[in-house]
Amino acid sequence: MEGLIIRDPPRTAVTARRVARPIAWFATVGLVLAVSLMVRLLGQGQTSLTLLSRDTRRALPLAVVNDQELVSLDELAAVFQLTVREEAGAVTVSSRGRTVIFNPEQTIASVAGRMISLPTRPARIAGRLWVPVDFISRALAPIADTRIDLRRASHLLIVGDLRVPRVTMTSEPQPVGHRLIVEITPSTTSTLTREADHLTLKFDADAIDATIPGVPPQGFLQAIRRMDPVTLAIDLGPRFGSYRSSTQAVDNVTRLSLDLLPLPSDGPSVSTGSATAGAPGAAASSAPGFAATPPAGSTVPTPPADLPTFGQPTSPIRTVTIDPGHGGPDLGVQGSGGLTEKTLTLAVGRRVKTLLETRLGLRVLMTRDDDRELPPEARTAVANNNKTDLFISLHANASFRPSNTGASVFVAQFPDEGLARRVLEPHRVPVFGGGIRDIELVPWSLAQIRYIDQSTVLADLLQGRIGATAPLDVRPTDRALLRILASANMPAVLIELGYLSSPEQEARLGNSEFQSSIAGAIVDAVVDFRDYLGRAPEGER
Amino acid sequence: MPGRAIVVGAVGLLTAVLAWGLFIALPRWVALPPPAVEPPVESNAPAAPERKIKARLFFVSDDGHGLTGVERDVAFGADPTAQARAILEAQLTSPEPPLLSAIPSGTTLRAVFVANGDAYVDVSSEIVSGHPGGTLSESLTIYTLVAAVKANLPAVGGVQILVNGKEVDTLAGHIDLRQPLVTSPTWVQ
Repeated sequence: MEGLIIRDPPRTAVTARRVARPIAWFATVGLVLAVSLMVRLLGQGQTSLTLLSRDTRRALPLAVVNDQELVSLDELAAVFQLTVREEAGAVTVSSRGRTVIFNPEQTIASVAGRMISLPTRPARIAGRLWVPVDFISRALAPIADTRIDLRRASHLLIVGDLRVPRVTMTSEPQPVGHRLIVEITPSTTSTLTREADHLTLKFDADAIDATIPGVPPQGFLQAIRRMDPVTLAIDLGPRFGSYRSSTQAVDNVTRLSLDLLPLPSDGPSVSTGSATAGAPGAAASSAPGFAATPPAGSTVPTPPADLPTFGQPTSPIRTVTIDPGHGGPDLGVQGSGGLTEKTLTLAVGRRVKTLLETRLGLRVLMTRDDDRELPPEARTAVANNNKTDLFISLHANASFRPSNTGASVFVAQFPDEGLARRVLEPHRVPVFGGGIRDIELVPWSLAQIRYIDQSTVLADLLQGRIGATAPLDVRPTDRALLRILASANMPAVLIELGYLSSPEQEARLGNSEFQSSIAGAIVDAVVDFRDYLGRAPEGER
Repeated sequence: MPGRAIVVGAVGLLTAVLAWGLFIALPRWVALPPPAVEPPVESNAPAAPERKIKARLFFVSDDGHGLTGVERDVAFGADPTAQARAILEAQLTSPEPPLLSAIPSGTTLRAVFVANGDAYVDVSSEIVSGHPGGTLSESLTIYTLVAAVKANLPAVGGVQILVNGKEVDTLAGHIDLRQPLVTSPTWVQ
């Protein structure tokens, strides 16, 4: 009988194992590195776009290449039921007979026969084609049957007719208590309810596009968090005793002002006696679009019949439009070091917007918040159509002499101001039923002439504030026939942040700290101007 | 029968000759080049000097913030339009250093015409494509052309700049060019 024979492995097998082990190790390490590299490539910055539709809410992954966010064309094809074909270097994307054609090596595309530009070229990642996120709004939206709303700032992609209002919040300490200001655009009904340790704010919408700010420690408000797609929870702190709220509907924005008040024993009492009795949920505003529900089982005192007027007197500045100059193929001034005017103005504009919103609680509109070209009339239209209180256009200067440096502020000028003012004089017209009425007809191209004096005050204030942080031009304030300001129907200025034709200034303007300080100076000047308007008699405003 | 054939042939021949005359010979005759001009007789007498005027042309000032006027000899123009053209062509010529022009190099004058008291200056697209941008530079470029016309032809009311024969909003995104402009003391020293 043949027994079990145990044999030593042959020498060749041992050698092979010795060789194979290091190879396996190297392969494993290489694989890990490759995967981590891929994850890093795909994982820079915001990693996904949230797709909202009637039926779904899902994430579309994003890749960041050269600071530009890209989305997979395959993912878009699946979501929007697109047909994608690639032939002879050209990519054709079709949807129900309408096509987008582009070359992956170029930054332009043909959308149903019209040329559009893209902020960057598409890229191939792991063999798949990725397109700039703006491809969705610029190329897909025009050929799609359904409404597509891309909100870059909040990384939302809304498909279909959904009600997704923008909700921005700012909080600020008050002499008594703490105030939370919630702005909802467009105006949307909401319900405020008190629970045990938090308030819930529920919006009558399909979802909300909310920017939730950090909350400084103060004892009244601990945090704001999202409970579900349409509800926010406002976590209350140990010093919270009661609250009162008021709403204002201005244009298409609902502004909810929520005052969190202390416990009766905590700190100074509220000066208006009736206000201390502001019961939770009792301060339902009479403004349409807001309803507050009292909490079940509440034991707080009944609200006074005559509620006090809440909030500050109406501020002379509530909305500001920031206009970052140039954009898209219009680079503006190009510095020798590569900094372009369009990039600089957008960077500073975003800083100004953030500061105005967080420090002053103002509503801030940007004529552009990405890299795209806008004609002058479209820029002033943003300000005029939204009844903005201020218009600030940001630019960078250039000189034929590289030695010129410094910031300057321009106010509009008109070729014949006497004639222009006469054109603006009221016209007497007969009215139905007899009598005469004065009406003011303001030609769009001359709108700014009524605000020249105020714009000049603002320019002087800007000069003072900017001059404290940055060098000023030889002529720090000036007037010119500026196309962009002529149609602005509110105080308006154009700020030249400095000279990109000067290499020394270009280096400084590209510095983020310098951009922050000049943005801070602009915001300080807006505060000064708000104070000036507040002091000026009504007739001089 | 033969007689009829001869008549038909003669009519056809006549028609062909008439058509050749009308459609080929006549146009050629009409389009004949003019007789060659006799070459001028060589003369030892000096040529009549070209008529010149003193004109004020404008260049970037030393501090870069304005325009400075410089007197130059410019060809005489028989009428305001011709004179404006001569002045602007001189203005668009690259100056010798240290003078510095605010007009982007390569810009050419396409046309000048005067209508209703205003001058319309049509320049090539290099004035836009070659422009460095910025409110200061753009202002200096525009007021170089405006001042060159207004300072030398005071009867002209305003100056409107056209690019490639068309009205433009701005050259580089700032200064409003939708109407004729007059000299601005802000920019012209």
